Amino acid sequence: MSVLTFLIVAVIKIAITLGVLLTVVAYTVWLERKVVGHMQNRWGPSRVGPFGLLQPLADGIKFLLKEDLTPPYVEKHIYLIAPVIALVMALTSIALIPIGPVVHLFGISTPIQITGVVGATGQPGDIDAGLLIVLGITSLGVYGIALAGWSSNSKYSLLGSLRASAQMISYEVSLGLSLVGVLLMSSTLSLRGIVDAQLGTWFGFIPQWFLFRGQFIAFFIYLMAAFAETNRVPFDLPEAETELVAGYHTEYSAMKFAMFFMAEYANMVTVACIASVMFLGGWSGPPMPFLPAAVQAFLPLIWFLLRVFFFLFLYIWIRGTLPRFRYDQLMAFGWKFLFPLALANVIVTAFFVAIRA
Amino acid sequence: MTIPISWYLLLSAFLFACGVMGFLIKRNIITIFMSIELMLNGVNLSFIAFATRFGTLDGHIFVFFVMVVAAAEAAVGLAIIISVYRTRETLNVDRVNLLKL
Amino acid sequence: MHIFLFLLFGLLCAGGAINLLIQRKPINSALSLIVVMGSLALIYLLLGAEFVAVVQVIIYAGAIMVLFIFVIMLLNAGEEEHTKGSKVAKIIGIPGLITGFIIGVSVLLQHGPQEKRIHIGELYGSASDVGMMLFTKYLLAFELTSVLVLIAIMGAVVLARRSHSS
Repeated sequence: MSVLTFLIVAVIKIAITLGVLLTVVAYTVWLERKVVGHMQNRWGPSRVGPFGLLQPLADGIKFLLKEDLTPPYVEKHIYLIAPVIALVMALTSIALIPIGPVVHLFGISTPIQITGVVGATGQPGDIDAGLLIVLGITSLGVYGIALAGWSSNSKYSLLGSLRASAQMISYEVSLGLSLVGVLLMSSTLSLRGIVDAQLGTWFGFIPQWFLFRGQFIAFFIYLMAAFAETNRVPFDLPEAETELVAGYHTEYSAMKFAMFFMAEYANMVTVACIASVMFLGGWSGPPMPFLPAAVQAFLPLIWFLLRVFFFLFLYIWIRGTLPRFRYDQLMAFGWKFLFPLALANVIVTAFFVAIRA
Repeated sequence: MTIPISWYLLLSAFLFACGVMGFLIKRNIITIFMSIELMLNGVNLSFIAFATRFGTLDGHIFVFFVMVVAAAEAAVGLAIIISVYRTRETLNVDRVNLLKL
Repeated sequence: MHIFLFLLFGLLCAGGAINLLIQRKPINSALSLIVVMGSLALIYLLLGAEFVAVVQVIIYAGAIMVLFIFVIMLLNAGEEEHTKGSKVAKIIGIPGLITGFIIGVSVLLQHGPQEKRIHIGELYGSASDVGMMLFTKYLLAFELTSVLVLIAIMGAVVLARRSHSS
């Protein structure tokens, strides 16, 4: 593949992924309002378009047209750059997620993954340390929130962002440790390699996902830590509206607020993608030979999106169900329960891997 | 086009010198601490440059250890800074000139 | 391409280091240090050290500097007080600094190792290689580091705890 085709293919992949991601983000907001509404015996958005389907568009126009306030007494430069950091870090990590296997289009074969390429041997490959890079990028996302709170020069923002940064660096430990078990079993850091390790089945129908290979404790640790990382209910203390107005984005309005909002939902999507790749076998699914070939080519994408949808629905479901933790409960839960459990999981997994080797 | 390794060493020396200078001229205890981190980073760069020069991985391992020690140092150092601020209510190192309150 | 990338990130690095010195607010110094660390990670990638580059971002930029910013926010560290430097330092120091720098640069450029040049894309410091070495040749040091980190955690807890007795 020449350099020019490589660049063109990369740009096309980035454009498609970004478009799909932003659409998913917009419609997750719609889904959340709709589902939580129905859970609370309301209708949710229903005025704009059929079933309120045009609501995200209306929201976007509203965000764009509202007055963009910059309060006096803020640290201007940091105040302006904080939402940009949050959004960029949230959108970047999707580039490393392997969404599907190799596709052949117009005589070019390329994996459905922005950082993936097809090597000289025809085998798809991606960055060796892919998972570490995703963790690195998500750990940089804290800066957006921390700086937003600090630069706003407001008590609520400062308290919210202090809570957020403490919570995020605490739960990052459990999050990282819960993934170590999977890494031990797959013995690679490349996300594509991890998916490839889960593609087989037992007896032809039980998929060999790491979830079914003894990593279910790690899966639940990951889920809980991920809720805390994305500041979602029941761990949404950084933006607890009953105590802190809106937490770290109290002083933000219009498009700058929308950037934080989009960053939060994009983070949810990334976390869901990582969970599907690490524990649920990525794009693997039962073969469907009775379908036409054109549909079959899209099957892996559909399987992957189904998993992501499942996780997003889980987020919303839990938001509609659980109350918020108290802050000391949150810290105690993270450090005294999740962290030792994740460590124990790593030790047990290492023991079994060592026995089988 | 490739670049000679001495350029990397120059950058490393520059970072280290900036760290030393910050350590000497800064008066805020947090900034002084950050200058130490800057010095460590400069040293790390020369470790990596030499590891590439000699084609071994030992330099990488040393950088790894430096990072771990820096993390431990940051945890303890920042705890000391917090307790100093609690007792003296200042971050200026010139004001922290008493061994005992 | 390689030289362009090196110059770009090297200048970012140097600019960040200088900015750390001239900024008076700790938060701005911290932000420029993050820029230094990020561009250093990319320079490590240019040198082929893949694992170290990623670990640099995760540990330095993602953990240590977050801790710094957290403490700056917690203590609400404002502008640094201006202290008068001595006049002798200004008269002797700045020319001395410049001559020292020139001497250092010339010595390094003349006598420094030059035969080996670095090519882009030679990634050899992958996670598995570094890990293999860490757990064979440097196992003792690795285990001792874990003890060090444990002691550091305990020290931080003891130091930051408010004493209830007094």
